[in-house]
Amino acid sequence: MNAIKMKRILINICKYVLLIFAAFVALVPIVSCIFTAFKTEEEYASTNVITLPKSFLNFDNFIIAWNKANMGKAFLNSFIILICVLVGSIMISAMLAYVLNRFKFPGNKLIRNLFTIATLIPGIASQVTVYQIMTALHLVNSMPGYIILMMGTDVITIYIFLQFFENLSPTLDESAILDGCTYFGVFFKILLPLLKPAIVTSAILKGVSTYNEYYMANLYLQDKTKYQVVATSLYVFSGPMGNQYNYICAGVIITIIPALIVFLLCQDQIYSGMAAGAVKG
Amino acid sequence: MASSATVSAPKKRKSFSEYFHSMRGQQLIVTLVFLFVPLVLLFMFTYLPFFKMVEFSFFKMKYIGRRTFVGLQNYISVFTRKDCFHALSLSLYYMVGSVVQMALALLFATILSFKCKGSKFFRGALYFPCLICGISVGFIFKFFFTHGFVLDTLLSWVGFNVDKLPFWLRDESINNVVLVACSIWKYIGQNIVMFIGAIASVDPVLYEAAEIDGANAWHRFKDIILPSISTIVVLNLIISVSGALSAFEMPYVVTGGGFNTSTYFVVMDKIAHTDQKVGLASAMAVVLLLLIVIVTYAQKAVEKWLENRSSGVTK
Repeated sequence: MNAIKMKRILINICKYVLLIFAAFVALVPIVSCIFTAFKTEEEYASTNVITLPKSFLNFDNFIIAWNKANMGKAFLNSFIILICVLVGSIMISAMLAYVLNRFKFPGNKLIRNLFTIATLIPGIASQVTVYQIMTALHLVNSMPGYIILMMGTDVITIYIFLQFFENLSPTLDESAILDGCTYFGVFFKILLPLLKPAIVTSAILKGVSTYNEYYMANLYLQDKTKYQVVATSLYVFSGPMGNQYNYICAGVIITIIPALIVFLLCQDQIYSGMAAGAVKG
Repeated sequence: MASSATVSAPKKRKSFSEYFHSMRGQQLIVTLVFLFVPLVLLFMFTYLPFFKMVEFSFFKMKYIGRRTFVGLQNYISVFTRKDCFHALSLSLYYMVGSVVQMALALLFATILSFKCKGSKFFRGALYFPCLICGISVGFIFKFFFTHGFVLDTLLSWVGFNVDKLPFWLRDESINNVVLVACSIWKYIGQNIVMFIGAIASVDPVLYEAAEIDGANAWHRFKDIILPSISTIVVLNLIISVSGALSAFEMPYVVTGGGFNTSTYFVVMDKIAHTDQKVGLASAMAVVLLLLIVIVTYAQKAVEKWLENRSSGVTK
């Protein structure tokens, strides 16, 4: 009996050692950045990178990074893009899912397949020619162009809504229609409010990925003074400022903070959204 | 749609405009209106680019200006140029990395699925890195791996001599492994969360039965958890193979593709947007796409095989 107890304790110790080590590995790169971001110039030059800063109230680096990277502008642009992309892609996906789930018509299956096959094409591969199309449409270096592009390339949101509609009984729509409601009315007045959980989940997932998107932002919003977003604002630090890590770290922390806030507030939705995606494959 | 038919039946046999106000007519309008935007976007940004990509791959061209038909020359270049196809060999690092990533994710998902203090914190800590923007991750790791900085300091604490440590991002014997580790750091959280979700769907009665039978943790894992979630594990593994083929982010943001870390996509990105050899880049994209299609077919086959096998076991 004692041996079994010993073994159990040993396993438990192993378990927590493993977990603590993993959490350490996951957090050390970020934490060392936080330390460095609070250090003054001399401190950064004289102390080791993992020593604590003298004070966590030294916000000078943050102010300098904020100004150098013109982050006010970047946050404004990111915010505009985020709102437009979220409203657009959620409306589009919800409408598409509604039609695909509720109506039987020739081509329904085909459309579903077209969206599934689209996931096979890696985004970066198709950017070679998307760039050419965007150039032809004069949509390079334009916020609307980038917003349209971000709205159009989204299958996960569609999946989330399709799945949600499957669990939403059609008797609801049918009785509304018997009461004289139109299909538009059913969608906007009855179903859309019920979709709230799906909207929240997809808004969080899509929101985080839009906020973090840097490759296409870099490619299609080339005018870095007018159209820079948070994700690309840090580019100013590559190049001649490439080793002033006290500023760079401050910039990095600034870009992380919104994601951290969203994460702390919406952990459960993120996890359940991810798990839902996993079930769908 | 039975009810809509009964509703529209008495109203029918009217004029054309009546039809549009009938339920069937309305359905048609709603369908057309709601499908229009998504299908246009899908066509514009997915299928049109795809067909253009195939077309461009037979031309020597830039984004602007004349183009000349060169037949299969671009494809021959993809396989003969030193930098293109060779870059695919780097995918091997990422494939091995994804096996390690799955194994670790499985381990942590199993630990976190059962009674465990602070599991919420640990899950959050492991998941959070994937919410950080790529550019920031790039800077974080440039800082982390700079000679004499974070990692070297940590290693010196446990007794390594800093002067003998390699330049993590420049030493070509190790930098690709380092980048794969960065990639695991960023993406393992997603797998952990998915696996936790899959484990949560296992019938708890099975655990209780195992408990009564005196099974230990290892048996519980091997005989209950693994068979129950094998499908999702294998699927994730195969998805990560195509992910490895198209590995891009870490070399792009951390090393910029320098010091022999350019994966296939980093090379393609440079050829397309810096060198403006659009034809060659398109050919590269088509070749990779074919590889991914092959992998996906393999995935479907395995999926079927697994389904057949599991239904054979239980019934």
